[in-house]
Amino acid sequence: MNNFSYTPAATAKEAIGIRKDKKDAAYIAGGTTLLDLMKANVEQHPQLVDINMLPFKGIQETTDGLRIGSMERMSDVGENALVVQQYPVISEALLLSASPQLRNMASIGGNLLQRTRCGYFRDPAFPCNKRNPGSGCPAQQGDNRNLAILGTSEACIATNPGDLAVALVALDAVVTLENAKGKQRRVPLLDFHLLPGTTPQRETVIEPDELIVAVTVPAAAHARKSHYVKVRDRASYAFALVSAAVGLDVQGGQIRSARIALGGVGTKPWRAQEAEKLLIGKPATEENFRAAAAAAVRGAQPREHNRFKVEMVQKTVVQALQELMA
Amino acid sequence: MDTTEPAFFETNGPGTGGVVGLPLDRVDGFAKVTGQAKYSAEYKLPGLTYGVLRTSEIARGKIQSIDTTAAAKEPGVIAILTHLNLPKLAKTPNDAEGKKAIGAPMGFLPLTSDQIHYAGQPVALVVADTYDRAVHAATLVRVQYATEKPIVSFLDPKAQLFDPLKVQDGKTPGHTKRGNAQEAFAAAPVQLTATYEHAINHHNPMEPGATTAVWEAADRLTVYESTQGVTRTQKALSTMLGLPTEQVRVITKYLGGGFGCKGSSWPHTILTVQAAKAVGRPVRLSLTRPQMFTGMGHREDQHQTLKLGATKDGKLTALIHEKTSTTSPWDNYAEPNSRIINLLYACPTFESTYQLARANVMTSTFTRAPGEAPGSFAIECSMDDLAYQLGIDPLQIRLLNYADKDPTNGKPWSSKSLKQCYARGAELFGWSKRNPKAGMTRQGRYLIGWGMATASYPVHNNQGTARVRLYADGHAVVQTGATDLGTGTYTVMTQVAADSLGIAPDKVRFELGDTQLPTAPNSGGSVAAGTVSSSIYMAAQDVWQKLTKLAVQDSKSPLYRAKAADVVVEKGRLMLKTDKTKGEDFMALMKRAEMADIEGMGNGKYGAGYETGRAAGPADSGHQDDKGGHSMHSFGAHFCEVRVDPEVGTVRVTRWVSVHAAGRILNAKTARSQIIGGSIFGIGAALMEETFRDPNLARYTNASLGEYHIPVNADIPDMTVEFIEEHDPYINAMGVKGIGEISMVGVSAAVANAIFHATGKRIRSLPITPDKVMNSLAV
Ligand SMILES: Cc1cc2nc3c(=O)[nH]c(=O)nc-3n(C[C@H](O)[C@H](O)[C@H](O)COP(=O)(O)OP(=O)(O)OC[C@H]3O[C@@H](n4cnc5c(N)ncnc54)[C@H](O)[C@@H]3O)c2cc1C
Ligand code: SF4
Repeated sequence: MNNFSYTPAATAKEAIGIRKDKKDAAYIAGGTTLLDLMKANVEQHPQLVDINMLPFKGIQETTDGLRIGSMERMSDVGENALVVQQYPVISEALLLSASPQLRNMASIGGNLLQRTRCGYFRDPAFPCNKRNPGSGCPAQQGDNRNLAILGTSEACIATNPGDLAVALVALDAVVTLENAKGKQRRVPLLDFHLLPGTTPQRETVIEPDELIVAVTVPAAAHARKSHYVKVRDRASYAFALVSAAVGLDVQGGQIRSARIALGGVGTKPWRAQEAEKLLIGKPATEENFRAAAAAAVRGAQPREHNRFKVEMVQKTVVQALQELMA
Repeated sequence: MDTTEPAFFETNGPGTGGVVGLPLDRVDGFAKVTGQAKYSAEYKLPGLTYGVLRTSEIARGKIQSIDTTAAAKEPGVIAILTHLNLPKLAKTPNDAEGKKAIGAPMGFLPLTSDQIHYAGQPVALVVADTYDRAVHAATLVRVQYATEKPIVSFLDPKAQLFDPLKVQDGKTPGHTKRGNAQEAFAAAPVQLTATYEHAINHHNPMEPGATTAVWEAADRLTVYESTQGVTRTQKALSTMLGLPTEQVRVITKYLGGGFGCKGSSWPHTILTVQAAKAVGRPVRLSLTRPQMFTGMGHREDQHQTLKLGATKDGKLTALIHEKTSTTSPWDNYAEPNSRIINLLYACPTFESTYQLARANVMTSTFTRAPGEAPGSFAIECSMDDLAYQLGIDPLQIRLLNYADKDPTNGKPWSSKSLKQCYARGAELFGWSKRNPKAGMTRQGRYLIGWGMATASYPVHNNQGTARVRLYADGHAVVQTGATDLGTGTYTVMTQVAADSLGIAPDKVRFELGDTQLPTAPNSGGSVAAGTVSSSIYMAAQDVWQKLTKLAVQDSKSPLYRAKAADVVVEKGRLMLKTDKTKGEDFMALMKRAEMADIEGMGNGKYGAGYETGRAAGPADSGHQDDKGGHSMHSFGAHFCEVRVDPEVGTVRVTRWVSVHAAGRILNAKTARSQIIGGSIFGIGAALMEETFRDPNLARYTNASLGEYHIPVNADIPDMTVEFIEEHDPYINAMGVKGIGEISMVGVSAAVANAIFHATGKRIRSLPITPDKVMNSLAV
């Protein structure tokens, strides 16, 4: 870890101002991702700008859905009655994340910007294209058990490790960003994270002078009837080997709309729209769920140690859909 | 029996109302939860400075240049040690003679050459006036390497297997042969051959390795050290420094776990001492969590092939064991897995061999139940296979092959209550209701399975001394240079001292963890409880002998002119054996004699040394029970229920029963905690613990507790633990066998056997992660 200075910011303008002048500075919210990476020397920031005082708060019902301020904590959102009742997949994904201590600290904005758990990325002694562009990707021939099978590239196969983003991307969430001029723009979460391609160091569309203000989620029948299933190496406090966020709107025995997103398998939170399409207009049967799950992993490119994910994530999708209908 | 010592049983028989065995709360509990207990990196000394290690990125090569200019310019930086300026040592472990003299676990000391042998090898030690400044400066040291391609493990195509004559630092022969196992196997009507894989495991005690070094004078050193043995550290340091032993003082008042990784003196300790010498101020250094993966050893990656020959009715006729594992560039270390395979069952023939390959890793070391833990995985899974193949209950197959005497040498056991452990465990678990068929018990979407396994651990040979000072006002100070790993040594020894002296536990102050106190062995190999308790008991006997002598010469004493041999002591009262109304309290006697206090010394022998009535030789001399008339071991049994998700392969342990017989149990509560802790350690190894070494760069990819998984509370069910009462007069004066390691033996097999019962699929590769279970069910 390097020496750094610390500045609390009272307003978004002040925070962005500092960051604009000092490109290497970083915002700190809960610090649960940032400080880990700094301690491991993966990131070096001469200055930290504390954004916890910013008024990006609130878990509210809006005219067309749900709005979550970026400074809300994972635990507060996960336990919020509105979220539990109307958007269960979000609550479940949050409460299956990390540990109570971490959830009490970690913010929603920070959660969307958490970085991969790839062991090579997190140890600067290794080459890694994401951390050090052009240095190589030892994971391709090495420890790739936890890495991605979908959306990978020659340059990088790192998984986006988060749970919340998988639930949010399933429900068509939109991220609100604000820049130095106080201008806001809205980016669908689907487009917020980037595929690694040849530039794995670029993970999201957020610009250095932008802050995440809030996340909004449209209300929908498939949001009310939604569910998250996470498979991991131990019973709690572990990232997903695979996970599935699903939502269904079934009327008169027919699926009217479906939402399926996969975690632990994609280089970004993985929305499986082809799989969803297969379900529309069909009855909610195991057979149809299986066909959808198979479509969800079409084109998967597993490596030596993560081959199992192809099958495991399909089973998880089927389980999630079945539990939803049970 | 040829013991020359009194035994605790004689004066503390049933009904004497002592505190030994009772579930006393920890005497150090309050100090720990209120933060008053000082660990080795918590001593605030005047002028204290902070050391931080910079370690090697590469696993093999040479340091071409090391540039410390930028780091040295940082504010607060006091010194930077590298191989170019490390103060010279009298001895290093870099040659065989030095290694032996030091008792070093590893035949190489970093910062003594430009060679890089393993990733994570220290290359520089930065000392600064604050910890943060040292951390920052360490990142600024520039190291240029000439990199070579490393050898990663015994599985590396470049690796060369060799046949060591001895393993585990010369303690265990590389070959063992009893009868003709090859012939017996070839002729056996039932033949099973299986290969078992064990991942690299790391100890990861809560408290990392830590050293605070203070040079009190040019030739006098004090070290606050996170170690399982102050004496061994003292010897290692004084030898390397060329100082007389007594010039080095080592203090360990509290330890946050060890599990074997603190059983030896590792490089960071002497490097911190040298840093303190260089800067002329005290230096504190604590390994970081990632450094814990390359700083204090590990359990090595290993394959075992076990061939088992049996008759059609399930009697063993042959066991042939081969182990292949990775060792470091310098040492022939392998856990002695064969020991337990040779010992557990009445099998007439046995053969074992070890194969090693040198790779660019640091030396592996004792890890809780070294050898017994992975060895029991192999034998106890194969026994399960045999049971299923022949349609015999797994518990029954073990009873069929029950060893009434030690199969390795034909000696009688000093005590063995394994049958009682089996019976009680089976009863608590409800084993008789087991479905004999595997893969047949469903509960909703889950498969349910039951498994069991045997546990055993040797009573190693050891000894230690203790001092008792008994005051005329009824208080006592009891001292020995033992360590408390956090498991309850302070508490149980307070209980032993109280009963031995006939006073209440709150009248006893027990002190440990300092080389200025009488010498005790390393707290390792499960020897601490037996040796230390016996030495305290013997020291109390020394006090009573002195006081008896005083009483029989004191004309005012009711015991005046009695024969010393006719005087007994119970609960602090000296009295005539034949007429217990004649006697007096020690306080009355001492007050009359105007004695403020009286001291006694005691030597507690453990294992064969005790049995043959002679000193056991140097501390840590290893397992030597062949010299006595008995074979000495503790035994136990684990019963496990698992719930397997057959779709995605997740496994949860849902019920657990452990029953052990390990001689006298000193404290029902701390003993139960030990067994629970050891079982959880084993469940971790069974289901999730694995350090991954990159197959090209020989560097660990998950050196953190975020990605190296150990069980969390949600993984562990309520555990049932019981002990079988066992009175063993051959072990030591206290009859204590020790329970630190047996708690883990057999655990991974019990889990694997339960998974087999649930699914009908045998997984022989640890850890048994969901992907392995799911794949096993797909085929
Ligand atoms: C041991 C461990 C286990 C975990 N397990 C899980 C798990 O199972 N599932 C899971 O989903 N997550 C898990 N996490 C990740 C955890 O959820 C994230 O670390 C956390 O959500 C990050 O939030 P934070 O507020 O602490 O972010 P910080 O660490 O403060 O920030 C992270 C990054 O986001 C930036 N940032 C933060 N807020 C904003 C904002 N409003 N606008 C712009 N930039 C911003 C920061 O500059 C920084 O770069 C785990 C983390 C740990 C350490
Ligand atoms: S997978 Fe991505 S993050 Fe991991 S080593 Fe390769 S480039 Fe780096």
